[in-house]
Amino acid sequence: MTINPDWYLALSVVLFAIGALGVLVRRNVLVMFMCVELMLNAANLTFVTFARTLNDIGGQVLVFFVLVVAAAEVVVGLGIVVAIFRRRANATADDLHVMKG
Amino acid sequence: MVGAVAAVITAATTAHASWVDVGTFAVAAAIVLAGAIGVVVARNPVHSALMLVMTLFGIAVLFVLQRASFLAAVQVIVYAGAIVVLFLFVIMFLGVDRTEDIAAEPLRGQRPLAIGLIALGTTGLLLLGQVSHWTTGAPHVSGLDTGQPNVNLLGRSVYTTYLFPFEATAALLIIAVVGAVVLARRPPVTANPVDEEEDADEPAGDPDTDAILAAGPAPADGSATPEAAPDSGSPEPVTAEPVTAEPVTAQAGGTANAGDPPFPAVTTNGAESVAVPGSGGQEARP
Repeated sequence: MTINPDWYLALSVVLFAIGALGVLVRRNVLVMFMCVELMLNAANLTFVTFARTLNDIGGQVLVFFVLVVAAAEVVVGLGIVVAIFRRRANATADDLHVMKG
Repeated sequence: MVGAVAAVITAATTAHASWVDVGTFAVAAAIVLAGAIGVVVARNPVHSALMLVMTLFGIAVLFVLQRASFLAAVQVIVYAGAIVVLFLFVIMFLGVDRTEDIAAEPLRGQRPLAIGLIALGTTGLLLLGQVSHWTTGAPHVSGLDTGQPNVNLLGRSVYTTYLFPFEATAALLIIAVVGAVVLARRPPVTANPVDEEEDADEPAGDPDTDAILAAGPAPADGSATPEAAPDSGSPEPVTAEPVTAEPVTAQAGGTANAGDPPFPAVTTNGAESVAVPGSGGQEARP
C-alpha cells in the first residue's frame, strides 16, 4: 500500500543538503531564509515519515509546531531584514559587518 | 531498461505498494528536488520564492501520500499562502528583485569547501541508511491506523498530550508579532541620536532657533551668535559667555589702548563690547 520509508528519508536528506548548501553559498539574505525553509521542510518530511512508520501521531504534531516556529522565525527575520534595509540598501550578507570587533 | 526500472520500483516499494503510489512519489520527489535546486541557483529572489512554492507543493503531495492530509492542507495554506507571500511582499517592498551575480565569490575557497562538506555529509547519511536501519523503535499500537480521521487524531493529541507546547506556541506567536512590529516600526525622530542622517535632517533648524532665542540679550552681532551656539550645544553657556567674557575684553582693550587717550578708547571698547562676546566665545572654544 505504501512506499518504503527509506525513500522518503533519502529524499529528505537530499532536500536538507540542498537547503544547507544554499545557506552556505548564497549571499542574499532573503534567499538564505528560503533555504532555511527548505531545511525545515526536510525535517517535516522526516517527522511525517516516522509518524507513519512508527504509527504515532506525535510526529505530525511536531510538524505542526515546526510550522508555527517557522512562521514566527520568518516574521522576525523579515522584520530584521526590513530594519537593516532602512539603513543600507544592499541585500548581501557580506555588507552586514557592523558588529565586527 | 524497463526491467531496471521495474527492479528499482520493486525495490522501492513494500509488498503492497501500488503503481499509483510509486508514480506519485516519483513525480512529487522530482518536483521537490527541482524546486529546491531552483531556490538555490535562481538569480532573482522572486524566482527563488516561486521555486520554493513548487517545493512546498511537492512536500504537501508527499504528506498526502503518507496519510497526513491535515498537514498537507496546512502546508499549502500556511507555507505557500502566508510565508511565501510574506517573502514576496518583503522582496517587492525592499525593491531587491534584481538579479544577483552568483558567479562572484567573495570568500576564496568557501564555495568548493561548502559543496564538498555537504556532499560528504549527504553521502555519509545515505550510506548509513543503507547499511543500517533508519528506525529501530517498535511501532505504536494506537496511532494512525485506528481508522479515525487525521484531524481528529491530531486535535486530540494537541489538546491532551501536547497541551503545554501548544500554549507555549501561542506565547511564541504573540512575541513574534510584537517583535515584528517593534523591528519594522520607523524609529521616532529624537530617540536615535547616533544616526547621523536623521540628525542632519530634521533637528537642523532647532539649535539655531534655540541659540537665537537664548542669545537674545546680545542681538547686535547676528553673525557671531549662531556661530558660537552650535558648539556650545545647550543655550545656557551662550548666555553665560557674555558675562564672563566681558571683563576679559575690557581688560584687553585697556591694555592695548594704554597709550591712547582713555576716554575715546573706553567708548570704543564700550561700543565693541556688544560684539566682543562672540569673539570671546570663539577664543574659549578650543
